[in-house]
Parts: sequence; C-alpha cells; structure tokens
Amino acid sequence: MPAIEVKDLVKKFKDALAVNGISFTVETGGCFGLLGPNGAGKTTTINILATLLKPTSGYAAVAGFDVTKYRNEVRSNIGIVFQEPALDSKLTGKENLEFHAMMYGIDPATRNRRIANLLDLVELTEKANVLVQNYSGGMKRRLEIARGLIHKPKVLFLDEPTLGLDSQTRRLIWEYVKKLNKENDVTIILTTHYMEEADYLCDRIAIIDRGKIVALDTPGNLKAALGANASLEDVFIKYTGKTIRNIEEREKIW
Amino acid sequence: MVELRAIYVLWLRDLIKFSRARERQIGSLAMPIMFLLFLGFGFSGANLPGIAHKVDYVKYLVPGIIGMNMLFGSMFSGISVLWDKEFGFLKEIMVAPVSRISIALGRIAGGATTSLVQGLLLFVISFFLGFSFVPAFSPLRIVLGVVLMVVFMALISLTFIALGLSFASNMRDAEGFELIINFVMFPLFFLSGAIAPITTLPPLVRILSYLNPLTYAVDGLRAALLGLSMFPLLFDLVLAVVFAVFMVSLAAFFFERSESV
Repeated sequence: MPAIEVKDLVKKFKDALAVNGISFTVETGGCFGLLGPNGAGKTTTINILATLLKPTSGYAAVAGFDVTKYRNEVRSNIGIVFQEPALDSKLTGKENLEFHAMMYGIDPATRNRRIANLLDLVELTEKANVLVQNYSGGMKRRLEIARGLIHKPKVLFLDEPTLGLDSQTRRLIWEYVKKLNKENDVTIILTTHYMEEADYLCDRIAIIDRGKIVALDTPGNLKAALGANASLEDVFIKYTGKTIRNIEEREKIW
Repeated sequence: MVELRAIYVLWLRDLIKFSRARERQIGSLAMPIMFLLFLGFGFSGANLPGIAHKVDYVKYLVPGIIGMNMLFGSMFSGISVLWDKEFGFLKEIMVAPVSRISIALGRIAGGATTSLVQGLLLFVISFFLGFSFVPAFSPLRIVLGVVLMVVFMALISLTFIALGLSFASNMRDAEGFELIINFVMFPLFFLSGAIAPITTLPPLVRILSYLNPLTYAVDGLRAALLGLSMFPLLFDLVLAVVFAVFMVSLAAFFFERSESV
C-alpha cells in the first residue's frame, strides 16, 4: 500500500485553479519533494492531503484512507510542520507539546517519555519551560518538528521547514529528517525553495507549476536528462521558466 | 461525535493562559469598576423612572454591570479564535483528530470559566462599592440568590462566547473587530436595561430590547440579587436557557462550516 496516492486532484478557488489535475504516488518510507515557484499549488496540495481543504474533484488517500471520507483516520496518521509557525506563543515549549499529545489521546506515561525524548532530539530540553514567545525562529521550527512527531505519524508533511533559518539549524534539521526517514520509516513529503535541500533529502521529486506536475523523477534522473554537470536548479529553471510569478494570497485556511 | 479529552485540553489551555495574563485580569475589571463608581455615585441621588424608590441606584446597577462584564468578557473570548487564526495555531488544532464540535465546545467551556471567574470577582468587589443584600433577605434567600446569579452568569457567558465564535467563524481576520465592539456589543449592553430600565425607552427601541438575550439575563440577575425584576424569574430563566442553546448551536454550525475556505 502506498503511503500517499493522489489521482487527478483538482482544487478550484473562486477565480483560480490552484491545483489542476495532479497525480502521484509516494511509497511507504519514501521522501517526496514538491518543488515549484510561488503559487504553484504546493501548499494547497499539502493542505488537501492534511484534510484542511476539501478537493474540488479527484482522489487523494493518505496511509490508505481517503482524505475526504476518513478525516480523523488521516489526521491520526499524519504529522505536519506548517509553512508559517503554528505554535501557541503564550505557552511554554513543553506545554505546546503536551497540548498536542493530549489532543491526540496519548496516555500520560507515554506522553512524558516521548516529550522528554523529542526535546532531547531537537536540543530544546533546557528551554522546555520557557514561553514560546521568547524562542528564536530556529527554536520554534525545531519545536514544531518535535511536535509533529509526538504521535508517531506514518506520514510527515514539511512545508518549507527550513525557511529563514541559519545554515547550522538547517543542517541539523536535515539530519533529523534524514534519520526519521531512513531509520524510522516515516514517509516524508517536503516542499521547499532550496534545491540543495530537495537534492539532499528526497528520493523522488515532482516539479509543479501552475497547478500541474511538469516533471517527476529521482533527482539523479532529472539532472542526468539535462547533461553531465546540470544542477537541480538548472532542471527547475528549465521546467518552470525564468518569469517571476506575482501571486495573490488566495487561500486562507483556518 | 464529541471528544471530552479535546474539550478538556482546550479548556485547560484557556485557563493556563488566563492565569498568566495579569494585564487581562486587571484590565477587564477596570471598566466595570469605573461604571459602578461614576454611574453609581453620580446618579446615587437621582430618581430614575421605572426603579422602585426603595432601591439605591448603585444596587440597581450592580447586576447590570455584572451582566455587562460577562457580555464583554465572553464576546472577547469567543472572538479570540481570530487570534489563533492570526498566529497560525488554529491550523494545529484543526488537523488534530478531533471533531469540530468538540473544538467549539472546548473553546466555549474555557471562555465561560474564565469570564465566570471575572464576574464573581466583580461581584465581590461590588460590596466595597456600595452593594449589599436587601436587609429582609434571609440567609437561605441570599444563598439561593447567589446560586441563581451564577446560573445566569453562566448562561450569559455561553450565549455570548457562542455569538463571538459565530462572528469569528465568518470573519477572515481581526479587521472587523472594532465594528463588532461598536455595533454589536455596545448596543447589546445599552438595550439590555443594564444601566436604566427599558420601560422608559421608545416603543420601537423597546422591541430591540425584548429581542436581546442580555435583557432577560440582567433581569434575572436583578431578581436573584435584589428580588426586583420586570419579568417573573422563571420566565427570565427559560428565555436565557433558550437563547444559550440557540447561540451555542449556531456557533457549532458556523464553526463546522468554516473549516474549508
């Protein structure tokens, strides 16, 4: 059973087609990259897979569950790190994790053990009892990744997880993600604007533009098709062109 | 389907945040205290038509201002969903494997508890500002009065958190917040008879008062605390319950519907 199955997925907002008939599958344990210019439909796709948006038409399943019919089953099986921070800044880091664990119905003993382990993993044990409003951008991101893992999701969505972070934090996050993916068999869906990030982490990449998938292959094959010394950036520009996109914020989720 | 754990977690979150927000606790009591001080003492000697002469204006005012405090606190806490939206936290709540109705109920439970705490605090403070029970009240009548007061306070709270939540569910961001304060909250307050009897209002305006859920709750609070009311106590209670049930259902409906864009 594939971890994710998407077939002819369409999402229409009032005046625009954000996702225009995309299809792909991600095998369990894979790391799948969604690349594309701003407004290409990456976040919309993730929001549909995470049950935050209803698709206009088409089919999408996560961990074997149809995202429109079995929302709670999908929700229990996914973790998500949103593009913009989604923490409660008036709670401490630890409280944010506890809140999450309780919402997912994890019993107190397991909860405490996992939270301690995860805080350790993202190196925030010392700052666990500090209010999140005093965290730096990198600390918030690490906390969010920890939070996304508490309920042991089978599929983890990372929507531009390293946006605006320094190189040290970015490296650290890459290592976690790689470890999760390889050792714990967590399936990962990643969107990013950093080509080296996708190249380093993903085993398959879809380039998406104007709501359609324009290329889908392993990073190696995508580069090889262009020539011996081609970079992923070259591939990206070849498929999506050089025009800068002016997009309006069309979707506001809540 | 209602998940109690989700309601509990959201309730707990509201309580933790409230206990840390010192400014909010003080700020929310400043306005009602000023109303009691300036209106209460300012009009203490005045003879307002519609108020029985034996009742001091301050005493008449206290149930109304408690109602006002509950109205404002509750509406704010219902609308505070917009801040969760603004800070992105709402998405985290919305992807959790719990039903929308549990989320709405959790928010309502949390908001109701915090505004009830504030209302009770104001009630205690009002004794220092000139409030006292009618001398004819027996101890049993006092206890009964306080219990009834808490019931009415809880009903106001449920009704208006739900109203706030309904507005928040239909708003994109906090831009329209001022509009709601000026065109919803203040009219609700002035039309409720909180500061002056509605019997002297022009007939057309009085109809608005009769449609206002707060009117019956404030009247009920007066019945409970002063033994003085426009309508029979039971009538006030039944209407307050009906309004609360209606508003909570409406909020649950809007909240459920608002999940997709």
